[in-house]
Amino acid sequence: MTTHPATATAAASELRLMEGSAAIAESAILAGCRFFAGYPMSPFTALLENMARALPAAGGVCVNCESEIEGANMVLGAASTGARAATGSCGQGIALMQETIAEAALNETPLVVFNMARNQQDYFQATRGGGWGDYRTIALAPKDVPEAVEHTQLLFHLADHYRVPTLLYGDPLIAQTRVGVRLRRLEFGDLPPKDWALDGTRGGTGRSRQTWTWAMGKANNPGPGPDGQWKRIAAKFDEIAQTEQRGEQRYTEDADTVVVAFGSAAKFVEYVVDELRAEGHRIGWFRPITLWPFPAAALAEATRGARRVLVFELNAGQMIDDVRQYVHDRSTVQFIGGVSISDTGLAYGALLDAPEVRARILAALPATASTGGTNGTGGTGGTNAERSL
Amino acid sequence: MTTSPDLTIVPTERAPESGHRKVADFQPSLLLGEHSMCSGCGEPVVLRILLETLQELGIVERSIGVVGHGCYGGFVTIMDVDVLQCLHGRAPSCATGIKRMRPDTAVFTIQGDGDMVSEGLQEVLHTAARGENVTAILLNNGVFGDTGGQQTAATVLGQRTKTSVEGRDPRTHGYPIPIADIIARLDGVGFVARAAVGTPGGVLQAKRMIRAAFESQLAGEGFSLVEVLTMCPTGWFISAPQGPGYMTESLEQAYPLGELRPRPGAGAVAGAGGKE
Repeated sequence: MTTHPATATAAASELRLMEGSAAIAESAILAGCRFFAGYPMSPFTALLENMARALPAAGGVCVNCESEIEGANMVLGAASTGARAATGSCGQGIALMQETIAEAALNETPLVVFNMARNQQDYFQATRGGGWGDYRTIALAPKDVPEAVEHTQLLFHLADHYRVPTLLYGDPLIAQTRVGVRLRRLEFGDLPPKDWALDGTRGGTGRSRQTWTWAMGKANNPGPGPDGQWKRIAAKFDEIAQTEQRGEQRYTEDADTVVVAFGSAAKFVEYVVDELRAEGHRIGWFRPITLWPFPAAALAEATRGARRVLVFELNAGQMIDDVRQYVHDRSTVQFIGGVSISDTGLAYGALLDAPEVRARILAALPATASTGGTNGTGGTGGTNAERSL
Repeated sequence: MTTSPDLTIVPTERAPESGHRKVADFQPSLLLGEHSMCSGCGEPVVLRILLETLQELGIVERSIGVVGHGCYGGFVTIMDVDVLQCLHGRAPSCATGIKRMRPDTAVFTIQGDGDMVSEGLQEVLHTAARGENVTAILLNNGVFGDTGGQQTAATVLGQRTKTSVEGRDPRTHGYPIPIADIIARLDGVGFVARAAVGTPGGVLQAKRMIRAAFESQLAGEGFSLVEVLTMCPTGWFISAPQGPGYMTESLEQAYPLGELRPRPGAGAVAGAGGKE
């Protein structure tokens, strides 16, 4: 995608073996995050612990807050002064923050929320939200730790660019996997000055500032009021919906079957589709990177020639609503995901495994589908054998 | 009609000029417009003495307010001070974030009893216990005035509201929370006091306390709270002139006035839970 291209401002650090939570914390600090508040909850806890260790050394503040509601409002306050600030939790704790996320959207305070979720059951929460009023939240869903590291910095940029709250949809694999990471500060282009930030300096001058969802302004300098403010914000989110769609796809040009997945699940789908391609199946994959705004145009294009669109997500079927909304022909859409939770309740269950993904994809293909055709590589025997599993 | 040349006619259609400073004499250089409170409301009096205090301490250009939800919410349009209008009850948390990022500013909250004691009890208690160096101003009238007179967590026993129509009965409505007394007992707190603005003397006392709270914050002594009992004749279903008298008979009986936690080194007040 061409909006906000990333450029590195310094040489990357050497390759370091890092847990995702540590890498995300360092990336946030590289992006200039100077305030973080969080309440422990697995698997988010490690991000909070890393922030508590690293932020003070960077001149910042990390508060182990007494509730997610308090943490979100501390971040709102910190961000209202112009500082880059973030909070996080798992879906359950993010639920408590919904009021504040909506407030920040409607009073135009940029902040970042890390949902280090336990699974993929927070898609509706991430894309629809549970706050009040006409607002949306830019939500990025990285597929692995390196992408999460880049998304972390992009989210701070997008938050400042549009003056909105933004959200990273992580998961246990991204929070807890140790991978080789190179960290560096990324730049995504110029940003508008924070001339709205509350610093107190204009008190008594007749030009003091105000942050308020109703945007009534001051008696000597009236604002647009709620009607004007919320119409303007609705138009802003319409613009974001058009300009910030991000997605990725492979093999869709000639695919009879397109599998749609997001986050870590997409990484498993990519692996399985690569295998099936090598075996001669005319199959491709599509991955929304922004869950909101959903990459609608790209999905429609990617599924234009497909006979079937399979949706694999680790929940009862949430993203499938968006796929049905934007796919070229909604009658082709089938759900092949499902609820799958580990015994601890804190991570994915058995469904997030390549053989499981492969079996579900093959089960959705007709017996004669996808192989043969014009290039005719491979037979259907293997496919039928897999289906019988 | 003839008049003796040595007789001075005193106009009686308005109050006489006087050399004494009156409660109504505020020079509103930090006020950008008129307030829209009801007749007899005590809240604008507190706004006035708060703004006067910022001016007298010379901290207007480094003050940031966080205003909660209640009738006083409209003050954000007439205060010439940087203000974050926040969610109901959350002002102490927002103030925490502001102060941590801008430690050189004077950060204060304006909250009602519904805001602080009902919805925001957790926020104010933890902010005080963390010793956040901010000043909270509680406007306590024992009622949700903005929504038309319902019971709050600070409504006193026997007080009639639209949701305790026969008067607050502890058997069905529970007991009021003396928030300032509770906070005065917490470590991390620099100054806690309670005043009432029903009389000129009370106004002056409230102002002294608000000034002490800001001085405590500027000295880095920790969390400071000034609870100000304010008249709400509309929410009490009485006439404006009856407001101060009703406040003395009801709220002031449940919430005794005075310093509950003197500033460190300022000497203890009998009955206060001060630092040992």
